[in-house]
Formats: sequence, C-alpha cells, structure tokens
Amino acid sequence: MSTYTTNEMMTVAAARRLPDGAVCFVGIGLPSTAANLARLTSAPNVVLIYESGPIGAKPTVLPLSIGDGELAETADTVVSTPEIFRYWLQGGRVDVGFLGAAQIDRFANLNTTVIGPYDAPKTRLPGAGGAPEIAGSAKEVFIIMRQSKRAFVDKLDFVTSVGHMDGGDARQRAGLPGKGPQVVVTDLCVMEPDAVTRELIVVSIHPGITREQITEATGWPIKFADNVVETLVPQAAELETLRALQERTDAAHGKQEGAE
Amino acid sequence: MADICSLREAVSGLIHDGDTVAMEGFTHLIPHAAGHEVIRQGKRDLALVRMTPDLIYDQLIGAGCATSLRFSWGGNPGVGSLHRLRDAVEKGWPHPLAIREHSHADMANAYVAGASGLPFAVLRGYIGSDLPKVNDSIRFIDCPYTGETLATTPAVRPDVTVIHAQQADRQGNVLLWGILGVQKEAALAAKKVIVTVEEIVDKLDAPANACILPKWVVSAVCHVPRGATPSYAHGYYERGNRFYLAWDPIARNREVFTAWIQRHILDTEDFEGFLRVHAESRPEVDA
Repeated sequence: MSTYTTNEMMTVAAARRLPDGAVCFVGIGLPSTAANLARLTSAPNVVLIYESGPIGAKPTVLPLSIGDGELAETADTVVSTPEIFRYWLQGGRVDVGFLGAAQIDRFANLNTTVIGPYDAPKTRLPGAGGAPEIAGSAKEVFIIMRQSKRAFVDKLDFVTSVGHMDGGDARQRAGLPGKGPQVVVTDLCVMEPDAVTRELIVVSIHPGITREQITEATGWPIKFADNVVETLVPQAAELETLRALQERTDAAHGKQEGAE
Repeated sequence: MADICSLREAVSGLIHDGDTVAMEGFTHLIPHAAGHEVIRQGKRDLALVRMTPDLIYDQLIGAGCATSLRFSWGGNPGVGSLHRLRDAVEKGWPHPLAIREHSHADMANAYVAGASGLPFAVLRGYIGSDLPKVNDSIRFIDCPYTGETLATTPAVRPDVTVIHAQQADRQGNVLLWGILGVQKEAALAAKKVIVTVEEIVDKLDAPANACILPKWVVSAVCHVPRGATPSYAHGYYERGNRFYLAWDPIARNREVFTAWIQRHILDTEDFEGFLRVHAESRPEVDA
C-alpha cells in the first residue's frame, strides 16, 4: 500500500466527484488542483473555465494566478471577463462551480470576506471575487476545504456567497437559479446536504479518520448519514498523476503553499 | 487622437489629484510602470477602481496616493494578503482608505455599463450575500417584464483608465491579445485613456476580430518595454511569480515598504531605472 497525505486524499476525493464532460467554473487553489486532477484522470473531457477568460483550459502545471498565460495558451478560446460572467456563467452554461472558502456553515454558505466584524475585522480576507455569482448561477456547486473548528463554524462572520441559506427550500424561494452546494470534500470526510433540510451531513469518512475527529473539527453538532461509507483510498494512478502535476508546478513556480 | 509621448508626460498631463482612476489588467498586462509613475509624481486623493487591486494598488495605497478603492478581490494571487491595503483599511495607514466591495461579475458588468454610457448595470447576483449590507451602492430592482429580483450596480466611469498592451502602431492604434480581462470596457468607460505598450510597430498585424482600441479612443500611447512587470505580457515575457512571493515580506512592514518605494520608485528616473535597481537589489528575483 502506498502512503498518502490527508491533502492528497481530499484532492483525489474531490476530483472523483467531477463528472466527465461537465463544464466546470474553477476557483484558484484547491479547486483548481482537484479539477485538473480530474481532467488528467477520471474526467478527460471536463471543460475548465477560469474567470479571467479561458474556456477549456488544459494547463500542464497548476496556475499560480487566475490569469496565468498557460491557461490562455491551452484554452479552446479566451473571452473577456465580462463575457465569462454574462454569457457563460449567468447564461446558464456552467454545470459545476468549484469553490473553496475560509469559513463554511452547516448550510454550506461561504465566507471569504472577513473574520470578525466587517468594520473592525480580526482578519481581512481577499473578498468575493467570482464566488457570489458562481454560487448562485452554476447548476451545482462543489466545495473543497480543509476541516477545522475555525473553518466549519456555527455562524459565519460574513456571508459572501450563498449556499442553502437557512436550509430547506430557501434557495428556491429566493429565486436562485442553481441547485447550490451538492458536496463538500474535506481532508477528513465527504459531506452532502440532506435532501430535505439541506444541512450538511457526513456521507463518507476517509480511511483512518474517526467520527470523533470529524465532530471535533466541526463548529456545529455534525450529523452522520445512516449508511456512512469509507472513502476509497487514493489509487496508485491517482497519486502518481497528482504528484507529477504538483512536481511540474513546483518546478515552474517555485515550491510554495498555494493560497487563493 | 492618441498622443505618442513619454509616460512621465502622459501621467502629469492626464491624471490629476482627486481623479477616479482605473488601472486594469486581469493578472496579465497590469500597467505597473504607470502605477510607479503616479507614485513618482506624488499624485494624491485618487479614487481607485480595479477588480483585483494586486501589487500595483498595494503600492499606490501604501505610498499614500489613494483615498478610496472600489474592488472585488483584494489578495496577492497565489501568495496571500495585500498588506498595504489591509494596513490602510484596518489601521488607516498612511491614511484611511474608504472601500467599496463588489463581486467580479458586478465589476465586469459595471465596466460594460460605463462603456455603454449607461448609469448602472443589471445582473443576477448577490441574493443571500451580505455584501449589499455593507455596500449601499449595490441595490435590487424587480425586472419590469418578469418580476425577477435582479441586482444593480453603478457604472464605472473613470476620469482616466490606464492599461498596458503589447503593441501600438505609429498612429496610436493599440492591439492587445491573450487574457483580455476588462481592459477594453475599462478604456471605453473612461474620459481619458493612457496605454503603455511593449512595442511600437509600423503596422499592426491583426486579424479582423482582434482586440484593437482605435487611436481616436486613446489619449496617450507610451512606449514602456516590460511595463507590466512583474505581471506579464503574452508573447513578450512571463509573470514574475517570484516577485509576487518576494513582495509579501516587503509589504508586511511599513519601514521596509517605505524604503523599497524610496529606492525603487522615488529615487529612480523612470521604469527603466526601476528595472535596473530591481535587478541589482534582488538578482535572485525575476523582474
């Protein structure tokens, strides 16, 4: 058995969820890593859209910025940023919006704006970027983020991008076109919204992780599905592809922690 | 009609204290040389507009040129925070900065509205988001045809838009390609337009649908090779990713930042001078 890190498990588990052929609007950082891993493994026909304008990008290394030249060079076409948001996202052509965040709540609402009060923040984060409209208009939203009590909170300090609002059919009543978050993949587990309440529940636990660890890393009393399964360990081919991608990226950009 | 002149002349003649200024470029073609020249000339009280403030506005804000900022994503891409922006917002250094935060879709639409001569833009956005609670310029209307609730945002109408492009011809027609961001819209939304270019050529060899700004919408064209550094110019040079990493410790500390600005910008004559000093001071960092 090969060994792997929890980050690798998270990325692999997220990549597997992306259906082949899906049109995917990708955020930089963890979502971009998972989406490109999917493109190189289980979803060769996935269409990656970046908000800077590339449609159908096929980068050989992970982009450090949302507008790296390689995204343009490998894309089917490069359009302007207004066109990306108006015709392609708002126009209803995006199947999956792939997002990360600093904070998430039980209904998968996301915060990328501030920790603490808006006017006197404890930590000022970069802000919205493309996320609010991706969260609203993509047919489905996938979320990938590391799990901890600071990130998975009972109440968000700020709602930047909408998830299932206060649960149930709130999204629909608010007139949001997309179905909202359908899966949250972390370094510990996979969560999906409950069919009725839309509260996130754990459906799959990564190998070697306990329920206690997940409960401990969540800021609300996290629920588990009746039939929780164990996530399939990363397969040799998945790990090989991910590590090669990461190595090419480190060689191109210099080794670092990729932040949004 | 485009005036082909030095960047110093363009900035001193066209950008005035108190102006609303947009310097655009989505990661690609960020007009860093022009940002430096604004700092060098000590412009003050600028109302800055830009989707991603990036290093260019971190420098302008830290150097005390700005009093407000309209933006949609304020990070150092792939690295972390913009420390000068944060210091101005959180601690009012070097003086307070009023921010108006939007989303990318909003900003892109706001530039389109500006270029279209409309007072505001309409988009399907912000429902469920707290942003409209902290930015009262984001409002909602009911669609007069369907009743759907849609968001509105005021058009961006800069006094001056500044962009960087690959080429201009000798008449001042401008050609850019690669990741275009909102530059065309930002240029057409503005009263005056300054374009720095990598190269001035006899003839633009461009296909019919290329992104061209005709000379009669451009106020000034300035020849500034490598003028987007540490951003990149597709077909000319790559992004200085290491510069973006190296910026983090420089911008973290007020004294280090101030000394950097003094040495690299205020004490240099022009962007060529900056590139020379930069190469001397940090030979390990790609400029």
